[in-house]
Amino acid sequence: MLTEQEKQEISEELKHCERPEAAAIEALRVVQKKRGWVSDASLRDVAAQLSMTPAELDAVATFYSFIFRKPVGRHVIALCDSMVCWSLGHDDLYKLISTKLGIGYGETTGDNRFTLLPASCLGACDRAPAMMVDDELFGPVTPETIDEILSKYS
Amino acid sequence: MERPLTKNIRPNEDPLSLMEYEQAGGYRAVRTMLSTMSPQDVQVQVKASNLRGRGGAGFPTGMKWSFVPMGENAPKQKYFIVNADEMEPGAFKDRYLLEGDPHQLIEGIVVAAYAIQASHAYIFLRQGYGRAELLLNKAIAEAYENKLLGENILGSGFSLDLRIHTSAGRYICGEETALINALEGKRATPRAKPPFPQVSGLWGRPTVVNNVETVVNLPHIVNNGADWFKSIGGINDSGTKIYGVSGRVRNPGLWELPMGTMVSDLIEEQAGGMMDGYRLRAFMPGGASTDFLTPDHMNVRMDFDSVMKAGSRMGTGTITVLDDRTCPVGFVHSLEKFFRRESCGWCTPCREGLPWIERTLQAIETGKGEMSDLDLLTEQCRLLGPGNTFCALAPGAVEPLQSALKYFLEDFESHINNKHCPWKSI
Repeated sequence: MLTEQEKQEISEELKHCERPEAAAIEALRVVQKKRGWVSDASLRDVAAQLSMTPAELDAVATFYSFIFRKPVGRHVIALCDSMVCWSLGHDDLYKLISTKLGIGYGETTGDNRFTLLPASCLGACDRAPAMMVDDELFGPVTPETIDEILSKYS
Repeated sequence: MERPLTKNIRPNEDPLSLMEYEQAGGYRAVRTMLSTMSPQDVQVQVKASNLRGRGGAGFPTGMKWSFVPMGENAPKQKYFIVNADEMEPGAFKDRYLLEGDPHQLIEGIVVAAYAIQASHAYIFLRQGYGRAELLLNKAIAEAYENKLLGENILGSGFSLDLRIHTSAGRYICGEETALINALEGKRATPRAKPPFPQVSGLWGRPTVVNNVETVVNLPHIVNNGADWFKSIGGINDSGTKIYGVSGRVRNPGLWELPMGTMVSDLIEEQAGGMMDGYRLRAFMPGGASTDFLTPDHMNVRMDFDSVMKAGSRMGTGTITVLDDRTCPVGFVHSLEKFFRRESCGWCTPCREGLPWIERTLQAIETGKGEMSDLDLLTEQCRLLGPGNTFCALAPGAVEPLQSALKYFLEDFESHINNKHCPWKSI
């Protein structure tokens, strides 16, 4: 069940949309904001509010990389693996983070603290290698600064 | 040297508020335009300026606009969209403009929307540009409060609604018809053209999509005229360009310089040359979908036509360098991995060809390649090339591959012959 606040926020988005399905991404993001991901139940509720079938909305939800249809940790690490970051040390950073947290790409730590994802170019090539944790951008990230960055997130 | 696009940008500081922006001469173009110019006047001026689209393709902006139906019989609802979906690996210039001077973008939007008589405008912003979103929202609110957006702008009778759509990822959203599908709340797959968006775009209505850097040029063209715009450019092309260099250079960054600035000036002077102990092996002039060029091309001018003549494309104008201590096969593998992941899957050559290319490159990089793989890759470059796919993603993906096979053939062969990556044992 969506909360009253979620329904209200989605209604607000709908006011600005010419057709209800145009609010799909915004509405999914409303749900994801508090819950971290979009469950099947949430997807059905949002679909109903947007006058879409669950399948129609799922086709949209699964297309976009940053709508999560599986549970993620409290914080999502998006590590850029595109060419500039790759050439400036992505593989070493990945190995380091992966060893420290005990997870690979697409996995979540046992304590639910972090999910690690590969990211396509973050638009920070002058700060390569770059990564984002939730909405915050870091770069250049070095093996020395990894601990400090991760320690900011509990 | 004039730097109209970046003169207000103060690195590491908040951008100018509306008041500060106006004190610096901002919104003068909107005021002049709304009181003294017809939409046609603006279109004529932009056409005369030879402004070419800064998103990568270099299509003349005035000509792009000219296909929009105008006049009394034209649809009342038309759309203007800013493409701020900067996701091309190697490109980071639009972030600088979005975060650095949001009012300049809004002013450009009002100019463009007035020129094509659009009633609604959107900024299609990529995922992950949260700071840009915050600053743009603040600037948009200020503009509404001061009658620079909304109903009856500055009492002119012209109205414009402006909203931001923040995307949830996927490079393909930068393709303008895929972007329109994304705005409609659909999967971002490209549409067949024709009809072109200028005639039938968002919700089937006339729509123009322009890149961020293109749009921020508009107020300056209105203020100073087409001849001025040509005069601040280079031999072949008008205006300034936000150039960038990233990779193993001493001083990676962005610089606004006259169109046609030489590659050597950007890499050697602005970026300070290669880091100590590294030499330039090759470079991509403007993002992951542009053919490699080599140190022999250091005297190429960075404008659309000159880079094309040299065998590549200027693209976004943000150069990526490949140094001599990075494996070129691994580098190309990394970028094909990007294209494989970002293919929307709509058409067969792209959906099936890119994973094949990526697997083949991975095999070569890990010492499991065969000589026949090189013929296979060459064949894929043809199959995924222009004319065989729905949009430009796959042709863009094979541009660097075909030039890599040309310039780094020995490296490919040594991986295959020696059954390992020579860079891995260093």
